[in-house]
Amino acid sequence: MPNTENTIMMDVLRYRPEQDAKPVLQTYRVPFSEDMSVLQGLQYIKDFLDGTLSFRWSCRMAICGSCGMMIDGKPALACKTFLRDFVPGRVRVEALAHFPIERDLVIVMDDFIGKLESIKPYIIEKQPRPLTQGEYLQTPSERDLYEQFSSCINCMLCYAACPQYGLNPKFLGPGIIALLHRYNLDSRDCGEEQRMPLVNSEDGVFNCTAVGYCSEVCPKLVDPANAVNVNKANSAKDYFLRFVTPRGGGK
Amino acid sequence: MTVPVSSGRRPYTRSMQGWWRRNTFYIEYMIHEGTAVFVAAYALVLLVGLVRLSQGQAAWDAWLQALRSPLSIVFHVITLVAISYHTWTWFHIMPRTLPPILIKGKRMSAAAITRSGLAASAILSIILFVLVWGLWT
Repeated sequence: MPNTENTIMMDVLRYRPEQDAKPVLQTYRVPFSEDMSVLQGLQYIKDFLDGTLSFRWSCRMAICGSCGMMIDGKPALACKTFLRDFVPGRVRVEALAHFPIERDLVIVMDDFIGKLESIKPYIIEKQPRPLTQGEYLQTPSERDLYEQFSSCINCMLCYAACPQYGLNPKFLGPGIIALLHRYNLDSRDCGEEQRMPLVNSEDGVFNCTAVGYCSEVCPKLVDPANAVNVNKANSAKDYFLRFVTPRGGGK
Repeated sequence: MTVPVSSGRRPYTRSMQGWWRRNTFYIEYMIHEGTAVFVAAYALVLLVGLVRLSQGQAAWDAWLQALRSPLSIVFHVITLVAISYHTWTWFHIMPRTLPPILIKGKRMSAAAITRSGLAASAILSIILFVLVWGLWT
């Protein structure tokens, strides 16, 4: 149980569509101990102070990607951020930036899920491979090419960090392009031709202006800015290759 | 996203107005992008010099004379500071824009890429400075 001697003020952005015209901050005094995360602070509020507060969470250990929020204005996982780092003082918790707010700290993620589906985030084979042919073989150096990009947990912090996504929500965005890149780099995958039209499109990589904050906030040390910017070169290559190859890229 | 009216859902979209003031990272980004104007401005100064050179000795001398004016010197000092800052931040972003660089089978670190970029620009600046100084005197 939290030590009741130490308390911290948590300013939480509330939005209850049935009663609030726009989001408003509500302050709670929360008892905390050294090892309590911001997520545990929110759970304390929900359990003991105000049961109407809504937020997403699941694993409590930075692997499910559910509890992404703006904590003191910065995109972070609530489970990976500790209340002790905000004392003396207070901590402001808001719904993830650049997404519409469904309720309180819960955002509407339909856009992200739609984009995730669109990039075909799975290995696309040239032709179906029967089990009798055995497993795919991949060398450590082949794996090393895409490994960091496969650490993405779809937490959307990079989207909350990307002002270009905030200004133009049609932009495919950092996390999705990192995953697209992850599959294109995989030696077992043959789906690049199906994914490149998305990279090249009006809503593709050229919306990025290299702010680079996406990679700063990633809790899994993925470098989405790198995936996006390397794909600017890939897109240009894809465009010009159509003049010299019969099949042609950059459709 | 379309939400049926009957659902009671009313997603709230926040404004992006003043977004770049919300975070020190964005402010730094805007300063970096802003200093690019000085890079372009200095390129223009050099282009004008080239045009003046093509117009003959008198035009060229007048251009050199204009560069010596106090206003021009102030402009050069400000531009030097702005371009130095631009260079510094540009090479810090560079690792994010490059595909993996393998040296003897090992991936070059982001810090090493930034350091090489900064070293290359410092060395080239010194070479250019010595060459131009040599021509001058």
